[in-house]
Amino acid sequence: MQYALLAYGSQRAGDGPVEDAIAEVLARPCVTGWARLHADGSATTVRGGEGRTLLTDGPFIETREYLAGVIVVEAGNLDAALAIARDLQETRTTGAIEVRPILQALFHGA
Amino acid sequence: MALDGVFREHWGRVLATLVGILGDIELAEDAAAEAFAIAAERWPRDGEPGNPAGWLISTARNRAIDHLRRQRVLAEKTRILARERAAEPEAAVHESATFPDERLELIFTCCHPALALEAQVALTLRTLGGLSTEEIALAFLVPAETMSKRLTRAKHKIRDARIPFAVPPAHQLPDRLAAVLAVVYLVFSHGWGDGRVDLAAEAIQLGRALAGLMPDEGEVLALLALMLLHDARRDARIRDGEIVLLDDQDRALWDDQQISEGRELLQQAITRGETGPYVVQAAIADLHLRQPRDWRQIAALYTTLSAQTGNPVVELNRAIAVAELDGPDAGLAILGGLELDHYRYFHSARAELLRRAGRADEARRAYQRALQLARTDAERRSLTDQLTRLSSG
Repeated sequence: MQYALLAYGSQRAGDGPVEDAIAEVLARPCVTGWARLHADGSATTVRGGEGRTLLTDGPFIETREYLAGVIVVEAGNLDAALAIARDLQETRTTGAIEVRPILQALFHGA
Repeated sequence: MALDGVFREHWGRVLATLVGILGDIELAEDAAAEAFAIAAERWPRDGEPGNPAGWLISTARNRAIDHLRRQRVLAEKTRILARERAAEPEAAVHESATFPDERLELIFTCCHPALALEAQVALTLRTLGGLSTEEIALAFLVPAETMSKRLTRAKHKIRDARIPFAVPPAHQLPDRLAAVLAVVYLVFSHGWGDGRVDLAAEAIQLGRALAGLMPDEGEVLALLALMLLHDARRDARIRDGEIVLLDDQDRALWDDQQISEGRELLQQAITRGETGPYVVQAAIADLHLRQPRDWRQIAALYTTLSAQTGNPVVELNRAIAVAELDGPDAGLAILGGLELDHYRYFHSARAELLRRAGRADEARRAYQRALQLARTDAERRSLTDQLTRLSSG
């Protein structure tokens, strides 16, 4: 079963290389994919529908903490996924990681 | 034959095994309900089977397979189950099947920290206790529909996020067991606080099941001891619908057998080297039953408990013990540092100490605040009574 670890943070980490402690977790075989996101100032949100959509500049949910990255892991159950999330969070000083089971997924390329 | 009794006795055990087999609480619940309905119809006619739990589990499992087949939604699961079922002839299953007791797995699933505490409590009462959604809703004063949604959401989260159906590994066990014990104790204190003997009895039953399943865990034994020692006073605690304070209780109404059982369990927990918060609380409950009360030791144990839990309610209780030892002002000094304005017992305890200190006006205001926060009629009557006595004295 796959889980998405949604890493929220309040500090702009910059676009330098991934810290060693985080890289160690990302290199584990259970991590099947990951994405670092540009800061939320780069976000564009599409809303509306039924032929009329509206673009807004910025993230859908405006919060002090922003979604910084998504890590996809393979884990047998929630406890195993939470264990990976804990390892990751322990390398960070702020923010939080939301763990969500993936209903369906497709990943191409890299 | 009283099926109610049979139902209560077997529900948790039957459901747990079914969750283990079917991998889904909702599915298991539906199947178990169907099997109990069949039993209600057949057992009075044909007699109770030699192994009622085994019969109920086999019947429920077979019903679940039929159900799955009809639905054809979980095709793969059905194939596996059908193969298993084909391997054992039905008659043999009904007569002699033995199934593993998986209630521990179930309670650790229901009390998983990924679920909100209120969902953990509701789910535990529903699955292990066999209470209906309506009964749980009534106990926690929420509409049945709200409780039904809460239960459904929790079951879906367990399924979708795949919360494990397992006893946690050793390194996680202390934290996870603490969560389970907290749920059981919350059910007990909720029932006890509101004078709901049925809920308190439910918590004791859960505590007994846990003690049977984990006989080497000192804190499990201590929690059961704590609940038994409190509950032993149930008949003396309410007289004609009014709350009777411990010192005014008729000791002949205390359940002596339950007190000795509680003390025995507490001793076993201490012998195992356990010094956790439930051991301390059970020891305090034990001291409260002895006359004259050893306030010095009670205050010392509250100091220990306060350091263990950091809970301001423990400090409130320590203040009451200290007031008995060193006078009301010493107790009031401790209360002054606590932020418990929302807590009804804080105000009633403070009012009592203020009264003893001769500060009647402040006592009156504190009683009035307690009255605003009171939850039951008996509480309101008791507080009104104190207020009247304050005015006349």
